[in-house]
Amino acid sequence: MSATESNQKHMSIIVTKGTLDWAYPPFILATTAAAMGVNVTMFFTFYGLALLKKDLDLQISPLGKPDMAMPIAGMHMKMPNMVAMLPGVNAMATTMMKNLIAKKGVASIPQLREAAVDSDVEIIACQMTLDLFEMKKEDMIDGIKLGGAATYMEKALSSDINLYI
Amino acid sequence: MADKVLDAKGLNCPLPILKAKKAIVEVPKDGTLEVLSTDPGSVADFQAFCRTTGNTMLEHGESDGVYRFVIKHTG
Repeated sequence: MSATESNQKHMSIIVTKGTLDWAYPPFILATTAAAMGVNVTMFFTFYGLALLKKDLDLQISPLGKPDMAMPIAGMHMKMPNMVAMLPGVNAMATTMMKNLIAKKGVASIPQLREAAVDSDVEIIACQMTLDLFEMKKEDMIDGIKLGGAATYMEKALSSDINLYI
Repeated sequence: MADKVLDAKGLNCPLPILKAKKAIVEVPKDGTLEVLSTDPGSVADFQAFCRTTGNTMLEHGESDGVYRFVIKHTG
């Protein structure tokens, strides 16, 4: 809005994780930066590509996360790995997290992703990851570009901020 | 009276900022946007938003857990 050509700031974010919890930092920062007049590029690679699928099925796993303490009935529950490994625990933790997100007025990932697209955040999907995991561009949201490390590097070299999440 | 009022009560970071950005472009230059929020983080965030985007924070305050910001569209 205020930024002129000369002082336009750029930010790039490499997005490597596709779980419900780790989907938040890149989308929150990308949308907020765009709202503050920053030109943003997001490069989705490896599991991060899950965040670009038309049909999002994001999950969270409490396994191996001693830092994950969910508020329940006024307490904080940490799940022992012996329990977290059981079938159905991921689904339960995902449901709990989604309920918490809605209850606290936190944006959903589809909502933030839409805001990113609407605010002209440049979205690049890693071509190599698509090949590696046999994913199709048709299964991804519209308006994304495909590219590789050199495409990212060109953006990163001209950016003021480069993040790896 | 502000030119436009944005009710962002009950929304959490970064939604009040994202909605304010959308709202302020609909306000004429030098017009004002009033934002209501319940997110305590929005106090620091709206000031940072104004400093970065060149918009002017005319007033900000809190009453009964509701934060109120009046932003002049100068950015």
